Amino acid sequence: MLMKTRPPEADPSPVESGTPVSGGLVPDADTVLFANKVEKTYDNGTHALDELSLRIQKGDFVSLLGPSGCGKSTLLKMFAGLESPSHGHLRWQGADAPAKSGLRTAMVFQEATLMPWADIETNVRLPLDLAHVSRAEAQQRVARALEQVGLARFAKSYPRELSGGMQMRVSIARALATEPDVLLMDEPFGALDEFTRHKLDADLRALWAQGGPRGALTVVFVTHSIYEAVFLSSRVVMMAARPGRLVCDMAIPEPDRGESFRVSNAFSDYCRDLSLRLHAASGGEGEGAHF
Amino acid sequence: MKPTPNRPLPLLQRPAAMKLIAPLVCGIFFLVAWQALCVAWKIPVFLVPKPSDILATLWTDGPSLLHALGVTLRITFLAFATAVVVGVLAAFLFVQSKVIEASLFPYAILLQVTPVVAIAPLIIIWCKNPTVALVICATLVALFPIISNTVLGLRSVNPGLLNLFRLNGATRWQTLVRLRIPSALPYFFGGLRISSGLALIGAVVAEFVAGTGGTGAGLAYEILQAGFQLNIPRLFAALVLISLTGILLFVCMAWLSRRSLGHWHESEMA
Repeated sequence: MLMKTRPPEADPSPVESGTPVSGGLVPDADTVLFANKVEKTYDNGTHALDELSLRIQKGDFVSLLGPSGCGKSTLLKMFAGLESPSHGHLRWQGADAPAKSGLRTAMVFQEATLMPWADIETNVRLPLDLAHVSRAEAQQRVARALEQVGLARFAKSYPRELSGGMQMRVSIARALATEPDVLLMDEPFGALDEFTRHKLDADLRALWAQGGPRGALTVVFVTHSIYEAVFLSSRVVMMAARPGRLVCDMAIPEPDRGESFRVSNAFSDYCRDLSLRLHAASGGEGEGAHF
Repeated sequence: MKPTPNRPLPLLQRPAAMKLIAPLVCGIFFLVAWQALCVAWKIPVFLVPKPSDILATLWTDGPSLLHALGVTLRITFLAFATAVVVGVLAAFLFVQSKVIEASLFPYAILLQVTPVVAIAPLIIIWCKNPTVALVICATLVALFPIISNTVLGLRSVNPGLLNLFRLNGATRWQTLVRLRIPSALPYFFGGLRISSGLALIGAVVAEFVAGTGGTGAGLAYEILQAGFQLNIPRLFAALVLISLTGILLFVCMAWLSRRSLGHWHESEMA
């Protein structure tokens, strides 16, 4: 786990000590995901990422935090293998492709992306069916995953019968059923109301703390909410836009993440600290200065 | 104004009853007016027969007309089935590659825009078997909606789900069976509804063109004959049968669609 602790009262330094933001970053035995000077320029000329290096260790709960256009989703899609960098390289447990690494990754999208024609059970079982897991084992894993997200009673329901929050839980169960080492989440709770979001945040944090059947679970969580990032993460990686780059990499070592953490002084200190850094990184310009 | 168990809505305001009763009342009113006008103005039966004349003809000529209907229905079903099989296969072929679609789709459109009346004589000349000729004509009419709707459906896949399948290493076949085909079903059923009616129209039109030329007398042949003999009530009776058949076909397709999609697709939910 994280040894590095940092009192939130300390002066904000431009870059968190311990993990330099660019250059000299070396993967070690515990590194599951590694990005080395990764750049991404899309065909339409959008410069989404600029020489970004990031090391994600086994068991981390990392939030990629930043405004729209900072390339946080692009980075996540690269870790998922859905996109490849224009320059630089990525490593999955040392391998140069996710399939070769033996690392199991699962992704949760911004929308629940469920098959409307299939019941919840079939939706959760989909990745297992695609991988030809035996029916008996698949059923067992589906039941366990639905139990974990508190939806065991809804196995035979259809997606349209469930609320937005419940559909998102199904989506998470589908990822958990694959017994992943790494869970990649792309603003999964962005479309939910505040109350549902708080509940899902707390449940997700508990799932992460529990770990998976294959040991510690690593989560990479994309969000544009400072509060959500601070509440959930063991590490917050903040990014700035145009071009997408790292601003800081901050450890949030608080072990207790009950609802009391949300109203604690430490929580507000972390949030203020991150807001100040984001403000400093965007050159003091307000949000929307480019419009 | 929600219905409550204590005070049920009056019969006419219930949606199910309204759907049935309103058109029935409307139809009866129309028939009564027709009958009354024919009687009042003493319109001769060879111009506009009264509804009662048509009904009487349906009763007396029923057996021979039903036989003719059977002939037409056979052509319709054969053509519809052929259109579904050929249309779905063509759609699968089209979505395999952009090159295939680009090279063949214009010809599918060509089939659609060429009036069947114009090519039916050729087909009838080329085919020795008149039934085959008629089936080909009706198939040509019914084919296009199946192709275009199924192609549209196979392409209308949620991109998020497509990414999910990709991330989980789905093969082309798995993606087709588990994702593309279910996504295409609502569109396919839309195509079926249009095509079933078109198959019937195609069959009747082809029979018209074939005329009395030795085919096994279908309903279109009966209409032509009745027209020549100025037996207008019989002509109307044949028309009524064709319309009823068309409606029945549509209802069957709607039922099939509801059965297959009712548990998930918005279009079929109550």
